[in-house]
Amino acid sequence: MDINLLAFGIIAEITGKSAWKMAGIKDTNELINNLETQFPALSTTSFSIAVNRKVIQDNIIFNENDTIALLPPFSGG
Amino acid sequence: MKTIVSHNRYQRQIQLKEIGQEGQDKIAQAKVLVIGAGGLGCPALQYLAAAGVGKIGVVDFDVVEMSNLQRQVLYAVDDIGQSKAIMASKKLNLLNPEITIDIYNLQITNENALEILENYDIIIDGSDNFATRYLINDACVLLNKPLIYGAVLRFEGQIGIFNLADKITNIKTNYRDLFPKPPSLDSAISCNDVGVFGVIPGIIGTMQATEALKIITGVGKPLANKIISYNALENSFYDFEIIANANQSFDFPKSKAAFLDYNYQCFCNSNSVNESLSVEEFDSLRKQEKITIIDVREKGELPVVDGFTFILIPLSEFENRVLTISTQNRIVVFCKSGQRSAKAVKILKEKFPNCSAYSLAGGIDEWKIKNLKNR
Repeated sequence: MDINLLAFGIIAEITGKSAWKMAGIKDTNELINNLETQFPALSTTSFSIAVNRKVIQDNIIFNENDTIALLPPFSGG
Repeated sequence: MKTIVSHNRYQRQIQLKEIGQEGQDKIAQAKVLVIGAGGLGCPALQYLAAAGVGKIGVVDFDVVEMSNLQRQVLYAVDDIGQSKAIMASKKLNLLNPEITIDIYNLQITNENALEILENYDIIIDGSDNFATRYLINDACVLLNKPLIYGAVLRFEGQIGIFNLADKITNIKTNYRDLFPKPPSLDSAISCNDVGVFGVIPGIIGTMQATEALKIITGVGKPLANKIISYNALENSFYDFEIIANANQSFDFPKSKAAFLDYNYQCFCNSNSVNESLSVEEFDSLRKQEKITIIDVREKGELPVVDGFTFILIPLSEFENRVLTISTQNRIVVFCKSGQRSAKAVKILKEKFPNCSAYSLAGGIDEWKIKNLKNR
């Protein structure tokens, strides 16, 4: 099962990409674990997660082709 | 006579059948507060004043610096060192003398927020730090005011409206539904640290003014319960729908009394392992014993500090020069707002795990405010 990832701000800088695909990820918890293993800097970075544009707080099981966006807070004004 | 003048001034927007004279009257009666007259605040203020918003409040305690002019388009070289709130109001008055501008040359705090916000229908957040953003959000929830949020970093910006009920579902969301916890200091980066492309706050601030005028006139669909992320490099917009988070009530101050007691600096630093000193602790420490004080701002940054002696090691050079610092005395590091100094303390502790090093909470801005008050 493929999912689409989108990263914004510092998340895109840490991962080195703003859009990519991942396979074999079942839910948001697994996604976060996987990303933090690949990119340890993410474990100390805060960000919100949106599944198909909806911001979620709890664990969500993915469906084929879901788009998951990772949005960090900005403070600049 | 004034009516004729006004009619001419606003003719192009009255011509819009969606707005008309009725919409213009609503704009003239509207009261909008803009918190932060910086990158976001300047364009928002200009368009709100130009459109004829009857009463505009400008909140900012800062002074104009050379490094602001790249994006804070209300100011000129002659304004450097002057209060932003006062200079902004002068420029807006020249643009439109028919409206009222309230000047708040102060920092928004728990003590003054509710009193100030109460006088306005719509609040625009153009602040530049997380503690203020959570404070404004909570004040708007308590007072039931729509909050038009904007934030920028590097080549990206965010805009959304909090605490405005969706017309159909009647659902309201706020900043804590989007970001329940503030980021740790290590990941809380600001424009001072990493820069911002000057047009980004121009675009986002203008969008904030747009949303304010839409709410006032009832034209179109306001960006309620949504946040848009704009990326200038890709020229792309991506919108997020915010869902009310049932778990968020834990941290939120539920009454005005709880709001007054809430420590926003502490809430926003609570994820950090760094040690910090309040202004009072710092002032009493430096009077009691010989301490090493380090300024980690870049060369030439304002305000100039003259109350005590310190050494200047800009954060950009800090890692290279950290080994030259004597750890014999206790060390207090400061910057403008306390974010960079916290990073410098972290670097110090990595090199000298047993050293006694602290970051000045709220930075030199906070120190100046407290010391002006006590003078």
